Amino acid sequence: MYGYSGKILHVDLTTRKTWVESKPEEWYKIYIGGVSMASRLCWENIEVGCDPLSPGNPICIANGMFAGTPVPVGGKYGLASKSPLTGFIGDSLSSSWFTIALKRAGWDGIVIHGASDDWVYVFIDDDRVEFRDASQLLGLGTFQTEETIREELGDDQVRSATIGPAGEKLVRVASVTNDSRQAGRTGHGAVWGSKKLKALSVRGTHGVSVADPDALLQLSYDITQAAQGPHTQKYRILGTMANVLNLNRLGILPTRNYQQGVFEYAELISGEYLHEHYHVKTIACAQCPIACEQMSQVKDGPYAGAMTGIDYEPLYAVGSNCGVKDLRAAIKTIDICDRGGMDAMSTGVTISWAMETFERGIFTKEDFKCAKYPEGFEPNFGNAEAVVTLAEMIRDREGIGDLLAEGSKRASAQVDAERGTETWKWAMHIKGLETPGYDARGLKTFALGLAVGTRGACHNRTAAYDPDIKGEVDRFSVDETRGKLAKSTEEYAAVYDTLPLCKFIRRCFTGKADRAGAWPAIAKLINATTGWDFDYDAVDLIGERAFTIKKAFNIREGWTREDDHLPWRWMHEPMKEGPSAGYVVSEEELEYMKDLYYEAKGWTKDGLIPKEKLIALGMEDVAEEIGV
Amino acid sequence: MPTSTSKYQYITCDPTKCVGCQLCEYICSYVKTGEFNTYRSRIRTVRAEEILITAVACRTCEDAPCVIACPRDALSQDPNTGIIHVDANRCDGCAWCVEACDFGAISINPETKTAEICDMCEDLEDGPQCVKWCPKEALELTTPDRRAQRSRRKLAVEEVLGR
Repeated sequence: MYGYSGKILHVDLTTRKTWVESKPEEWYKIYIGGVSMASRLCWENIEVGCDPLSPGNPICIANGMFAGTPVPVGGKYGLASKSPLTGFIGDSLSSSWFTIALKRAGWDGIVIHGASDDWVYVFIDDDRVEFRDASQLLGLGTFQTEETIREELGDDQVRSATIGPAGEKLVRVASVTNDSRQAGRTGHGAVWGSKKLKALSVRGTHGVSVADPDALLQLSYDITQAAQGPHTQKYRILGTMANVLNLNRLGILPTRNYQQGVFEYAELISGEYLHEHYHVKTIACAQCPIACEQMSQVKDGPYAGAMTGIDYEPLYAVGSNCGVKDLRAAIKTIDICDRGGMDAMSTGVTISWAMETFERGIFTKEDFKCAKYPEGFEPNFGNAEAVVTLAEMIRDREGIGDLLAEGSKRASAQVDAERGTETWKWAMHIKGLETPGYDARGLKTFALGLAVGTRGACHNRTAAYDPDIKGEVDRFSVDETRGKLAKSTEEYAAVYDTLPLCKFIRRCFTGKADRAGAWPAIAKLINATTGWDFDYDAVDLIGERAFTIKKAFNIREGWTREDDHLPWRWMHEPMKEGPSAGYVVSEEELEYMKDLYYEAKGWTKDGLIPKEKLIALGMEDVAEEIGV
Repeated sequence: MPTSTSKYQYITCDPTKCVGCQLCEYICSYVKTGEFNTYRSRIRTVRAEEILITAVACRTCEDAPCVIACPRDALSQDPNTGIIHVDANRCDGCAWCVEACDFGAISINPETKTAEICDMCEDLEDGPQCVKWCPKEALELTTPDRRAQRSRRKLAVEEVLGR
């Protein structure tokens, strides 16, 4: 087999035993890699119905066939566990050296079972596995943990995925970080923390062979060259931060906890402003010829020295969404999240919930006492220092940070139970995962895509904003096309997330990002790597299968149609100003679109999957367990 | 800080352009070993700090310390190109050359136990493959003299035209 070793490594933290599982080629042809394979490993290895923070929840890592080859942007891996935020599948992607080291060590995937009694890190040295004491790493930030392990093991080629202090304290919005990239969403850091696993370190020294290296080199070279042109200009120059002004113009830039869609200070937090004032260096993930990470540094003021890569999604969350117009504070907050090991999106949206709860008089200054401010502070929207401080308090579970560390769904439920309030109405999440940087009241196809998303409110798992923003459909109304569009865009995204390839390459194959433009080229890459005989249809099926295994996982964990919901605010409170003012996604609209979507997917009206559908996709064992 | 005094060409990296993608390592290891393995690359990327990234290959030093250090006379320097040649029959992988190199540009192949050093792909028509592949044009085949000339020109333009 080319492109794969055929081997999955199992590691049990409870018994400190390891074993190797062999998978047949047919299994790889169905689950491929990335989020699909990681989710399938989770399906196979979880104790069904377990608490996400219990030993029965496995950590499942799957890399891709392109890792360790020159295929541009193919150095990515999938990470899956049951999410402590949603209780459903938590599938994340990260990239760079860690996954390539894993590939060279000879592993297609890793499954970590059980839980350790003492803090541990696992060192995978090619085919040797070592459990190492992690007590000296406790409290260290993510980047520092990686460096310390490299020094301890005496090799700068050792790559680690780590958790920061937030994961150690089981903060539910905690992330996993490797090579300064994050498997950011759905709370993986808390799962690792619950197992007392501080890091997973890998040294891989073997070479990677592919079926047809000359063909793969030529294809890769051409894509690499195309990736220097206009198709990636946005990412190379401003990065995803170019979105700030674009989305502000459309009136869908989340502002003050999604009370508004236009931020009057958008210019000050724009990609253009960042580039001019704070950008210090553009860097790439390993194996990426685009390079989109805009390293940005604060040079003056109280946050001088803070430095991290700035992307749009963390920025809207801690910026406009908290009313913050000072990029220096936003960089500092994201720096705290990145080094502390937290999802800046969920952190920012949970903070904005707390700010609104304060402005409505439910929280008072007293609620915000901490070591830094013993008398408390007043977190009005726009109070940048309050956002910085709250991020630190969440990371450390200090004061009210202990409540906010639970995420907006649990925090609001707890406050409402204790105080008889209705703060859940402005808790912006779907299935427990905080909403991304697009206000879906002005993007109705996207609203459907988010509602039915298997991991909650995620812009990466559905590209349904595309037809809305491009004007292919009326973004303010619904019609009978939306079910098919939501299916088509989520499965399109899932192809990239499964191979996995970074979506930023999507225009570099032929100039067109659609299936017709990309799938034939991707089929060639797959075939040159593996020696398989994939065509357009086979590539297209990758996405449907990926979504199906994730949905099947959720159904087995108790999903029902009611779980495909939207935040109350998006369904009942129209925005008052801007190009998207006056719209909500009504109950009728949402339920109508859900009907259309389930029908397009070939599912029942209840959103369950017929047996014959699963069998046709090659998932007989899944059909037996959850098919109807 | 060690500097090369070379009159010869070598592959140099502009750290302001390098993004750390490692494509140079992929292509080098494939050209030299037939498989993709950045461990076996003769050019190595370095990320010393979060925003400090560069790549290093043989700097073709004059009176090359690696040649002098070799106890078995396995290393020799081509007087025309400066390229260090390794006689695989003589090299026993003792790694004295690795220690002698101030640039960390030599490694020992763990399987063949011989030293591996950048040869600028001298046998290939289109020259060093890492330079050809570098997506950011950070790599260049040049000499210290040529770099100095360019620096002087750049300085002149900056000082006179202020751009």
